[in-house]
Amino acid sequence: MPDRAAPVLDVRGLKTVFRTRGGEIHAVNDVSFHLERGELLGVVGESGSGKSVTMMSLIGLLPSPPAEIRAGSVMLGELDLLKISPEALRRVRGAKVGFIFQDPMTSLNPVFNIGFQIAEPLRRHMGMTKAQAAARAVELLELVGIPDAAKRLGDYPHQFSGGMRQRVMIAIALACDPDVLIADEPTTALDVTIQAQILELVKELRVKLGMAIIWITHDLGVIAAIADRVMVMYGGQIVEQAPVRELFANPQHPYTRALLKTIPSLTGAREARLQVIEGQPPIMTAAPTACAFRARCTHAFARCEVENPQRARIDTMGLSFGHDVACHWATAPKTSEVSNA
Amino acid sequence: MLDAKAAPLVQVDGLKMYFPIYSGILRRHTGNVKAVDGVSFDIQAGETLGLVGESGCGKSTVGRALLRLYEPTAGAVIIDGENIASLAPEALRKKRPTMQMVFQDPQASLNPRMTLAAIISEPLVEHTSWNAERRLERVYELMDAVGLNRRFANRFPHEFSGGQRQRIGIARALALNPKFIVCDEPIAALDVSIQAQVVNLLEDLQEKLGLTYLFISHDLSMVRHIADRVAVMYLGRIAELSPRDALFERPLHPYAEALLSAVNEPDPSLARRPRIILKGDVPSPARPPKGCNFSTRCPKAFARCHAEKPELQEVEPGRQVACFLYDAKPGSTGTTEAPANLRQEHNQQGEYQ
Repeated sequence: MPDRAAPVLDVRGLKTVFRTRGGEIHAVNDVSFHLERGELLGVVGESGSGKSVTMMSLIGLLPSPPAEIRAGSVMLGELDLLKISPEALRRVRGAKVGFIFQDPMTSLNPVFNIGFQIAEPLRRHMGMTKAQAAARAVELLELVGIPDAAKRLGDYPHQFSGGMRQRVMIAIALACDPDVLIADEPTTALDVTIQAQILELVKELRVKLGMAIIWITHDLGVIAAIADRVMVMYGGQIVEQAPVRELFANPQHPYTRALLKTIPSLTGAREARLQVIEGQPPIMTAAPTACAFRARCTHAFARCEVENPQRARIDTMGLSFGHDVACHWATAPKTSEVSNA
Repeated sequence: MLDAKAAPLVQVDGLKMYFPIYSGILRRHTGNVKAVDGVSFDIQAGETLGLVGESGCGKSTVGRALLRLYEPTAGAVIIDGENIASLAPEALRKKRPTMQMVFQDPQASLNPRMTLAAIISEPLVEHTSWNAERRLERVYELMDAVGLNRRFANRFPHEFSGGQRQRIGIARALALNPKFIVCDEPIAALDVSIQAQVVNLLEDLQEKLGLTYLFISHDLSMVRHIADRVAVMYLGRIAELSPRDALFERPLHPYAEALLSAVNEPDPSLARRPRIILKGDVPSPARPPKGCNFSTRCPKAFARCHAEKPELQEVEPGRQVACFLYDAKPGSTGTTEAPANLRQEHNQQGEYQ
């Protein structure tokens, strides 16, 4: 469990805008969050909610132009990643912050063997010799559960299955023992039984290596299985944030509630009809001046049209569980409805 | 919906779909990818059969071979009284209106240069002699039925979102009043909040038009919602075919059990339960294992599983399983039988991690 010491990553007021020919797209709007040491933070949202763009902004992975980071600070320890030089940022990426992408096929280079690709960050960031790096690469492959690791160093990505390739990606991300691992939908392209293998592996590695992880997904089931804390994103903003059990037991934002209801369950009573969220996610062509969810929200009222809600703490019966929500309806004083979460 | 005891609308018997492998300098035929290897099932009129499995298990190939988008290697597919697998080309063309398909990727299955009206009316041009006016009338009717605004008739696919595009694909499939629709992962490319909209639409249409669906998906919780019966496929064969509630309450085949166990429930207490973690990957369908296709990963495999292939047989009323754990007859070749204790323990203990 995370301790109360200084967070390993602290993001404040991040704003990312894409400049396109059709105008600006405000993909990330004033996002603030922190990541505790050893914590697994789940980030959920639909496509276009800004979850991937937020994380890629942190470590300068967005091509600029069209992307432009307008404001904010990203503190990794004492270092503000938005202020340092590209060369310094390059030393952070891979060494201090590891990244796992969604598609293990396109994120490995098909013309280099696996051994080379794992050794690359080791030689670059850790200054290892070829032999040292090869030895460490074998260790890493064994760590992520690839059988016959030493023999497989010379194999190319196409010789591995999808699940095995994702294991290789994890090995590369872990190579330099990063403080923070950002995983962007790492299991979405995999089958359920292989996904179960990878989730099990990540749980195991967390205990072994104790790094902090940001896990981006649209699958609330995956979040329920592995996260300590969850952020829900919508329209480039964090609309709700809570420890995982609190979020699932006591969702506050109408979007979170609706999202939990649209997923049919494998157990329990079978719904005669699925709950739907009518309408489409918004395209943020301007910085939000009203609630981004208002058009699809069943609880929207006058205030939602004129004022973008800010995140406010939620107390349940006088106790705070570290739960906050950006919603006028959820934070408005209610007389009768407060208990039927 | 299941009360009809009449002949099933769709009967599939011993369907095989092999794709040949040619290799060497002479491109000689050196083997087959056995994508579908002897699959049999029925679908009653008005019923939804869910077909689940992991990628590469052959579920989409079954859907395509059923409509003869591929030429099946062997087997019979009887839809509404006629064997699709052996129809002559012209007869097959006449048959097409009864059976349609909704594809996975609404982006790739719609021609970007055609307007919505042209896309939806294309089957009408092909199979009816209606004039343009009558076709447009039908297009409007279909757009109403799937919840698309009539004003959009002259727009192009790129102007629509993923969910709306899937509605266009559904409208096109409905144009000729089909009886049977193969839905090949119709919601896999959509966002969670949009998936529910499309599934509800499919259910409404089924009720209104009395459609019969083969619903192919890897999303088990969605299949539990929409299907009446579910077939679980593994490496080209059906492992288990059971009524929906029975399967989800108590899966019989060890693969079905592992598959259900691997699903993450959106509930932290349930999602953190111990689960069955299968070792390794699915073998290649070009070189399936000698015995049961699942024997290489099965936590309960015993000697016989590595020697013979189990056939799908009824083990409980309405439930068919292809697994020697449930084989009542003694092994015909005299090989080892399922140890009694293993069979009893089944469903109580898997290989938990």
